Amino acid sequence: MTKRTRQDSETPDIIESRDFQALFDSLAKQGYRLVGPTVREGVVIIDEIAQVSELPIGYIDEQEKGTYRLTHSSGSAFFGYGLGPHSWKKYLFPPRMRLWQAQRYNGSFAIAADDSTDQEVQPLALIGVRACELAALAIQDRVFMGDYPDPHYKAQREQLFIVAVNCIHPESTCFCTSMNTGPRAAGGFDLALTEVLEADRHYLLTQVGSDAGAKMLEAVPHRPATREEKAAADTLISRAAEHIERSMNTRGLKELLPASAESPHWDAIAARCLACGNCTLVCPTCFCATVEDTTDLTGENAERWRLWDSCFTTEFSYVIGGSVRASVKSRYRQWLTHKLSTWVDQFGTLGCVGCGRCITWCPVEIDITEEVRAIQAQHAAVSDGAGRKKKDAHA
Amino acid sequence: MLTPAVQPPAARLYDPMLPSLHRVEYARWDTDDTFSLELARVDGATIPPFEPGQFNMLYVYGVGEIPISISGDPARRDLLVHTTRAVGTVTRAMSTLKVGDSLGVRGPFGTTWPVDAARGRDVVIVAGGIGLAPLRPAMYRILAHREHYNRVVLLYGARTPGDVLYRKELEQWRAHFDLDVFVTVDRATGSWRGSVGLVTSLIGRAPFDPLNTAAMVCGPEVMMRFTAAELEKRGVKGDLIYVSMERNMKCAIGLCGHCQYGPFFICKDGPVFPYRRVQHLLSKWEI
Repeated sequence: MTKRTRQDSETPDIIESRDFQALFDSLAKQGYRLVGPTVREGVVIIDEIAQVSELPIGYIDEQEKGTYRLTHSSGSAFFGYGLGPHSWKKYLFPPRMRLWQAQRYNGSFAIAADDSTDQEVQPLALIGVRACELAALAIQDRVFMGDYPDPHYKAQREQLFIVAVNCIHPESTCFCTSMNTGPRAAGGFDLALTEVLEADRHYLLTQVGSDAGAKMLEAVPHRPATREEKAAADTLISRAAEHIERSMNTRGLKELLPASAESPHWDAIAARCLACGNCTLVCPTCFCATVEDTTDLTGENAERWRLWDSCFTTEFSYVIGGSVRASVKSRYRQWLTHKLSTWVDQFGTLGCVGCGRCITWCPVEIDITEEVRAIQAQHAAVSDGAGRKKKDAHA
Repeated sequence: MLTPAVQPPAARLYDPMLPSLHRVEYARWDTDDTFSLELARVDGATIPPFEPGQFNMLYVYGVGEIPISISGDPARRDLLVHTTRAVGTVTRAMSTLKVGDSLGVRGPFGTTWPVDAARGRDVVIVAGGIGLAPLRPAMYRILAHREHYNRVVLLYGARTPGDVLYRKELEQWRAHFDLDVFVTVDRATGSWRGSVGLVTSLIGRAPFDPLNTAAMVCGPEVMMRFTAAELEKRGVKGDLIYVSMERNMKCAIGLCGHCQYGPFFICKDGPVFPYRRVQHLLSKWEI
């Protein structure tokens, strides 16, 4: 589907909260399977939903380093929470996917691409995609649709309807503003919503981002927004931007991280890091995968599956003779250097969008922004020291 | 549900993750732990053209898949040759395959030795252990166009005399008047009266003009590092030294992330690299 970015000057529309279900219904009617945030076992996850009532209405989450707490308030906001551990990548790059099946045949075997219907792509409507997530999607597009396009990713990507939601309740772990990815969705969506909840009113300011979006909106009761409504939504987004506490200065990181490969700071991180791989699993851009070859008990049928993998495991870098990255230090270094430096060499963009998930879900509270700052500070101290020595020599 | 068709259904785009079926035409042990398989496509088609230095992903039914360099003659389109050391789960299973058995092949993948770019120069090929296997296609190509090169030198180091790979072929090459072949072993055993020592020790006395030499080096990382350093010491330009890297690989098409080496994916940016491009990484630990 072709995304057309419309002019900002175009008047947004208003969908009243009571009419939101009509959007769900019309997407379903158009053949889309709807997936969006919903509460399961105390967290907001992404799963199939059909009703607005399945959204985490009235839920508020509190996130900090190594902390996630979801509470239910008396409010009625549809999107009053931040990001949960799931990202949308699971639909484009499934955690487990069968690549092919083989069968013994006449003393030999035959291999055929997976033809089962359970893995077939289908039109998907993503409900509630945040700005940083749109940026993550754009990054994964570069990864999966490059030299060797991943057929599943590409096919599924072409069948997405994206309903973005502008962030008005950022978490303390968020740092999208410094990564230039949020809190406002700038493009790459079909519809973008800003939820405005006032004492006596509850509406969604709706911006159309594509022809498909415009067409879909036609099936939903809506009207042009007034200047006041637009201003109210804008204020909420700018206030959200002001509330973002964390930041990362990405300037010079591409050069700094490889140059700091021998920094003692990696030891300091490794002393805490459990190499559990949580950060890579919650990351919306991490794309590493492994394959698993299996046979059934008869040995007549074999399969190959692709599974999400993490560069934090020792198996990840295993070659004959042992793992190349045997130490935790080298694995954290690999992850961070890839994300913020070599990713640029490989795909022309950073691999981080500032969603903050790796900070929230790290069980030992390792904070990517703090670690980057520490390496930057160390570098600054060293160059400063060198500068002073030079000066001393001149004196 | 499954048919013996080895090609993906026509409706599907070419899927680089789908192996094509090959049959073992010839299998032999080169040394106690290293074996060669010669493979032909089950559908009778010619093997896809490959360049010296490239590799394939070989799949043993129900066991797994691993990257293995192609070690045969690139001029031959009937058989695909792979030389493998039986050291892991997949390679051990592969070593038990007999003539007529099947296995899956994906490829060829990766960058190539600068065989054509080296024309008009001396060529020094330095191999350590099984590192000779990915270099053999380069030797074949060079020998097939011998007139385009000046001096051609092969320096080969093995652990013991019993580990010397392609022994007969080495002896034949050594008999060429236009080829210098030097073999050394780490440990002399039995009746070995040849050179003993590291392959790097051969570089100093090998007959080539360092100012007009292209070098191709393959072996353990530490061997490649010291070989490149020795070659540079003799005056070979760093941008004319090529090395072949190895890492864990699952996809071979730059998607699985396993073979990352600094900014590179060894599967598609390598395995063959100009030494200059990876020199800074080779000296670092656990990259």
